[in-house]
Amino acid sequence: MTDLVRPRVLGTTPRRVDGPAKVTGTARYAGDQPVTSPAFAWLVQAEVARGVLTSIDVGRAEALDGVLTVLTPDNAPRLADTDDAELAALQSHDVDFRGQVLAVVVARTPEIARHAASLVRAEVGQRPHDVHLSADRADLYAPEQVNGGFETDTARGDVAEGLERAAHEVDQTYTTAWYHNNPMEPHTTTALWSDDDLVLYESTQGVHTTREAVASTLGLPPGRVHVVSPHVGGGFGSKGTPHVHTILAALAARSLPGTPVKLALTRQQMFSLVGYRTPTIQRVRLGGAADGRLTAIAVDAVGQTSRIKEFAEQTAVPSRTMYAAPHRRTTHRLAALDVPVPSWMRAPGECPGMFGPEVALDELAVACGLDPVELRIRNEPEVEPESGKPFSTRNLTACLREGARRFGWAHRDPAPGVREEAGWLVGTGVAASTYPVNHTPGSQATIGFTAAGRYRVEIGAADLGTGTWTSLAQIAADALGVDFADVELRIGDTKLPKATVAGGSSGITSWGSAVVAAARAFREEFGDRPAGGDETTASAPAAPDSDKWAMHAFGAQFAEVRVHVDTGEVRVPRLLGVFAVGRVVNPRLARSQLVGGMTMGLSMALHEHSLLDERSGHVVNHDFADYHIATNADVPSVEAYWVDEHDPHTNPMGTKGVGEIGIVGTAAAIVNAAHHATGVRVRDLPVTLDHFLS
Amino acid sequence: MIPFDYRRAVDVESAVAEAGGGTAVAFLAGGTNLVDRMKLGVTAPEVLVDISRLPLDGVERLPGGGLRVGATVRNSDLAAHPVVRRDYPVLSRALLSGASGQLRNLATTGGNLLQRTRCAYFQDLSTPCNKRVPGSGCSAIGGHTRQHAILGASPECVAVHPSDMAVAMAALDAEVLVHGPGGQRTVALVELHRLPGDEPHRDTVLAPADLITAVDLPPLPAGARSLYRKVRDRASYAFALVSVAAVLDIADGTVRDVRIALGGVAHKPWRARRAEDALRGRPATEAAFREAAEAELAEAEPLSGNAFKIPLARNTIVSALRELAGERR
Repeated sequence: MTDLVRPRVLGTTPRRVDGPAKVTGTARYAGDQPVTSPAFAWLVQAEVARGVLTSIDVGRAEALDGVLTVLTPDNAPRLADTDDAELAALQSHDVDFRGQVLAVVVARTPEIARHAASLVRAEVGQRPHDVHLSADRADLYAPEQVNGGFETDTARGDVAEGLERAAHEVDQTYTTAWYHNNPMEPHTTTALWSDDDLVLYESTQGVHTTREAVASTLGLPPGRVHVVSPHVGGGFGSKGTPHVHTILAALAARSLPGTPVKLALTRQQMFSLVGYRTPTIQRVRLGGAADGRLTAIAVDAVGQTSRIKEFAEQTAVPSRTMYAAPHRRTTHRLAALDVPVPSWMRAPGECPGMFGPEVALDELAVACGLDPVELRIRNEPEVEPESGKPFSTRNLTACLREGARRFGWAHRDPAPGVREEAGWLVGTGVAASTYPVNHTPGSQATIGFTAAGRYRVEIGAADLGTGTWTSLAQIAADALGVDFADVELRIGDTKLPKATVAGGSSGITSWGSAVVAAARAFREEFGDRPAGGDETTASAPAAPDSDKWAMHAFGAQFAEVRVHVDTGEVRVPRLLGVFAVGRVVNPRLARSQLVGGMTMGLSMALHEHSLLDERSGHVVNHDFADYHIATNADVPSVEAYWVDEHDPHTNPMGTKGVGEIGIVGTAAAIVNAAHHATGVRVRDLPVTLDHFLS
Repeated sequence: MIPFDYRRAVDVESAVAEAGGGTAVAFLAGGTNLVDRMKLGVTAPEVLVDISRLPLDGVERLPGGGLRVGATVRNSDLAAHPVVRRDYPVLSRALLSGASGQLRNLATTGGNLLQRTRCAYFQDLSTPCNKRVPGSGCSAIGGHTRQHAILGASPECVAVHPSDMAVAMAALDAEVLVHGPGGQRTVALVELHRLPGDEPHRDTVLAPADLITAVDLPPLPAGARSLYRKVRDRASYAFALVSVAAVLDIADGTVRDVRIALGGVAHKPWRARRAEDALRGRPATEAAFREAAEAELAEAEPLSGNAFKIPLARNTIVSALRELAGERR
């Protein structure tokens, strides 16, 4: 049991601290930081998926007026650590995926750099490549563990026996597409060296994690790398781990002593250099007794990774938590391909992994003749099914019931394909959401009392546009027992105490716990009447209850879908989600996160799909004209609510994290509603109009 | 971006003369497509001749009815023009279904006609493309072809013309006023764009120094109704999978006149003459609409990724005509 902070500012909606700077355009992002006489870098990328760089001619590029240097594998400095192959910039002549960086051109203006880059002639001896993902590949392998440190495979009981005992069986394969994170702000680094110190203005989800990776790659003591990132224009996981552009910018700046170098990726470059969500193939088998109770759950997930660096999406992991069943199995298999390196994208694991099973559950509901809300409630487990741990709190049933009430689910006619309004077939669907409560150990915070009588709260946390500038200050205010206006928060800088990465929806849990610890230590040391200059630092304590309790957020999402009778056009006029996410720090910011997640889920359901051309190994729709993300016109109404949830086990704030759960389950709810509208069961995302044309 | 010269045109004649001098010249108006292509390296003019300040931004009534739309009239202004909204709803709706508000505020009438295909392989210098580099091959064939042509394509090119406005203008029998080195001439809008054949690098019949100065819209018959129906993969800011511009004139339940143009299916706005011929003089029924649509699509040849466009085009034509005929399904 943690000692919960008494909420006073928590639960209110103070004005966003960063709002005025952002709406007036004065918030400084990584590319906006004022530096003296910067140079600009442009990348030259491989145009084949696999091969060897046999020669690279930079003569014409270097001859261009304004070009300062061109780095290639022939002349780039050797890195101290190349264990992370993704970061081993210009260290080898091997080409391991299409889009790999072959050279970086630095010039006085971005236009000159771009022009010069087009003059670099790279000869690459092409080798046969393999980018084809399929569940039938003979070389699929089981990774040692999957993202998040989870076991690759689990089994309880005997799935075959469970299926044998079932009155109804669902055995289907579901696929999610290849997705790119696409934050609005492209990945950007401004690098400058002074003596042996490196300053990086970086768009990152974690200044300290960036520092560690850069320092080890370049062979510098971490203290010589200073990372600054006060504002980040979205990341969705793609700025959570360091990528090669940061190393390239640092190398380029080191080759030009005294000249800061700015490197901003283009949208197109982001499709090969900053991670993405693997496509997944999910075979789901469910056995259901006549009353709908599950006798067996099996989820076998296949994804891809790059041949040079493994990332194993934990697609089947959420099925270990969701529903009760005596016989169960989850597996993960990977194909190592000549593709760019996959990585985190909003709710890795849960987001794709709650698609197949939640659609399968809808199929089971149809087979059993049961309402899909009721089916889920009937399969509520008493403890976490695979770990056997009790849930610290589990309010999925409350979310389903409250969502059904708000959505108007009662009296729903389950028959598919029978409701038509003005040329549109109408249906409704539901799916569950879940996301774990992650605590990343290692954050520290410093609290000082200023001469002006305010409390300075320092931690190297990140604000990805999520609202950390405001929400962390709210936590500090309550932890100190002072007004919101008395807190002066400083984040986004490695000069501040160490903070863990903004990933896994763990930011508020991890940083907030450190802030609370520092506040309590400060009060203990200096009491309620500190003097100017009083200061203390404390670390977030280990999460003592995490061994005893299964801690997860849950939710229920409801969708209305309309499919045009003539054209098959798919519209989602209404999405409604109810979530159980512990205490909500700031309702306005939390709603924004949940609505944003659901919108991204809608976008995944209907639009997003990175189209791989297997002949060349590249994603052809690598811009915002062709990689469709939901527009405002696609999202007429998204409502997000939460149930009151008091969880004394998660952390001193009682929070669970809201950054990712909103995207979990949305696509399944939409697919289920599309089936209800049309009678057509789509099992492969995205749900495009051609599925419904006759 | 490759360096280029920039000159501001002082009048139509000198702009045309400048373009006729042998250097690679591009006329710049809104720049919404040209500048993108220049950044990507798809187009590399030596000289940009800026025509955006020429007095070509008027919309005038023509004697005998009809409307003359200047080449630099902005898409948003044209869509909002009261006469266009009243007399040519098909055009207003087509314009508003294209691009985004910001782009429509910049894009011009002439530029919209001359925008180039957004085929992903055309826009990517690393993939062979006969339209960009004649003779290099077509990467779309055998690649991703969801957006590509089902009518009038060639083994050299399966790209589609991306404009919505031009599809409406094709249905309106618009005429394009062109000022070239030899003086002024008129080109029927349906003749402006070409099918790819074995010269897919040529989008239109225009010569490099030809400048579009205006588009004339003849009057529609009294009583004719028109609409534009665009089907795409998201509700806004996407190119058409299939679009239909239709003008229908019904008297006593019989089709007196009909004009149908399709977008998203061919290298040019596709005037559906066969469907029109099949309908003229026939009763305005759903069965007749369907038969006409099928006649038009009989020769459609789908690619690996766009067979759905055939039923989609058929259904969209039927849906549009049914709406114009005042029937609800």
